[in-house]
Amino acid sequence: MRDIIFKRLLSICCILILLISAGMIYSLVSGSLSAFGHYGFFQFIGSTEWNPHPDRETYGALSFIVGTLLTSFLALIFCIPFSLPVALFTGEFFRGKKIASFISSIIDLLAGIPSIVYGLWGFYTFRPLIIEMGVNAQGFGILTSSIILAIMIIPYASSLSGEFISMVPNELKEAAYSLGATRYEVIRSVTFPAAGSGVFASYILALGRALGETMAVTMLIGNTNNLPTSLADTGNTMASIIANQFGEADGLKLSSLIAIGLLLFLITAIINLVAKLVIKKLN
Amino acid sequence: MKNLFIILLAIAIASCGNSKKNKGSEDKKMNIAAAGATFPLPFYNLAFKTYQEKTGNTVTYGGIGSGGGIRSLKDKIVDFGGSDAYLSDAEIQEMPYATIHIPTCMGAVVLAYNLPEVKDLKLSGEVIADIYLGKITKWNDAKIKELNPGIILPDKELTPVYRSDGSGTTFVFSDYLTKVSNDWKDNMGTGKSLKWPVGLAAKGNPGVTGTISQTPGSIGYIGSEYAFSLNIPMAQMKNSSGNFITPNTESISAAAKGDIPADTRTMITNSSAPDAYPISCFTWIILYKEQAYSNRTLAQAQATAQLLDWMLSPEAQALTTKVHYSPLPKSAVDNAKALLNSISFEGKQVLK
Repeated sequence: MRDIIFKRLLSICCILILLISAGMIYSLVSGSLSAFGHYGFFQFIGSTEWNPHPDRETYGALSFIVGTLLTSFLALIFCIPFSLPVALFTGEFFRGKKIASFISSIIDLLAGIPSIVYGLWGFYTFRPLIIEMGVNAQGFGILTSSIILAIMIIPYASSLSGEFISMVPNELKEAAYSLGATRYEVIRSVTFPAAGSGVFASYILALGRALGETMAVTMLIGNTNNLPTSLADTGNTMASIIANQFGEADGLKLSSLIAIGLLLFLITAIINLVAKLVIKKLN
Repeated sequence: MKNLFIILLAIAIASCGNSKKNKGSEDKKMNIAAAGATFPLPFYNLAFKTYQEKTGNTVTYGGIGSGGGIRSLKDKIVDFGGSDAYLSDAEIQEMPYATIHIPTCMGAVVLAYNLPEVKDLKLSGEVIADIYLGKITKWNDAKIKELNPGIILPDKELTPVYRSDGSGTTFVFSDYLTKVSNDWKDNMGTGKSLKWPVGLAAKGNPGVTGTISQTPGSIGYIGSEYAFSLNIPMAQMKNSSGNFITPNTESISAAAKGDIPADTRTMITNSSAPDAYPISCFTWIILYKEQAYSNRTLAQAQATAQLLDWMLSPEAQALTTKVHYSPLPKSAVDNAKALLNSISFEGKQVLK
């Protein structure tokens, strides 16, 4: 009897979550229909024009899609030189040692810092540095926000990929050592090929996290609705245009913002799907 | 997330309203629900708190933005909505019933700048339009020099800062520039958010102020209530009579001394009064003229009208300056009182 109740309860909870997700997708799609209908799906995605002027209202998502992808992929590139050594350190060189767990818990702490705190630090500490370096006059822009994003996603990339690296069977590595391989050679020709797809998947998940990041990027990217042409340029991302504009938006503009939300949802869904497929292939 | 919060807030406000509706009797303490513009929020918080201490009637005002306030009024979940922009004729047609606009206090948009070596900067609307259109890029531009004889302006890059979020502040600012600059009128127009050719964007008054203070050579527009409370450097503005006016409570109130239409739906930017600060504005409370809708009680209608009547009283108007707003001049108060007297319940006047 109890078993049945338990089972029912579980399935009700599961169905509820499914319903909520379905409702979310439904409201995103229905909300964005009027923007897609007005401009056409590809026209909306391909246009960089964002003009709220009442007489020539035009909205296009390209600048924001580019801003989002650019900052996220740059963040991914910037985070590799830091997260990979950490992953090797905790998963290979000092596997199971106290120092490894100490370091990985410190890195995990980074993941616990709210993004607004990263934003504040970036705004008041990091931005003056960028100005000093002469990147641009105001310190805002693609570069500034990518670097902050990179710091934010390091823990996501390093802890998971460290996990995959430590899962490489000892027998393989010992065999390589017995053939006279050095530690570098073992990492290059045994550990990486064996853990490679897992490491790749963990970076994809970190990328997914970077794509949806709103607050810290909003504070640092400059929020200008243009197509960024260089790293020093200011720009805008999909998440931050929504955060900035939804309050006073209505009609076509609101629908365009919801459409951007739907696109962002699709992009992150695709990226997560890719990561899942890669992990599945590994197993 | 924020959206969800607003929905929850709206539900909370709506349920508050409902729970009071059936309690008819006049002796009961009433709860008035409202939502809207964030610009007058500090004044409303102070005024409503004072009113509650005086009468026991509570007022819940959710600062969700002018657009949200109008939507809430349209959905009939609030007693009144607050808005920084009056409803256009088309928007009035879209509302379910006839509405009236009651101005409650005044504010302004000031130009703050980060140029430590220059005090008492003087600017005109044309120059500001040129700065934001990207035509003036250096502080020592001839047009700025012309307005500031005797002041040495540095050869610094000029960075305009604007609001990244949709905002009534942007609306008032762009309305003024549309009036004084044809270039602006043709290229930018008036709106809560615009397509800016140059400059930096930041969220909210705090964001713009923070960006200005962190960026040497920048200039930006912020709400006067915020600027006054921080006491940051502000430019004097050339008004329509050619006088350079420092923004303060007197010069802002003076902007409403000109001719105002009976329904108070007008922008008082570029006022014709000689001592007026040119980028001044009203903020309104919008409500339905006929209060007998959606099963509202007479008591609820009376409580709402009495609150608004009190908001126009000298006592409430004196509170404006405490939180860095400006009081309505007498002419505007008279206009607003006449409007309040037109509020009816089943055809009968609510205020006696």
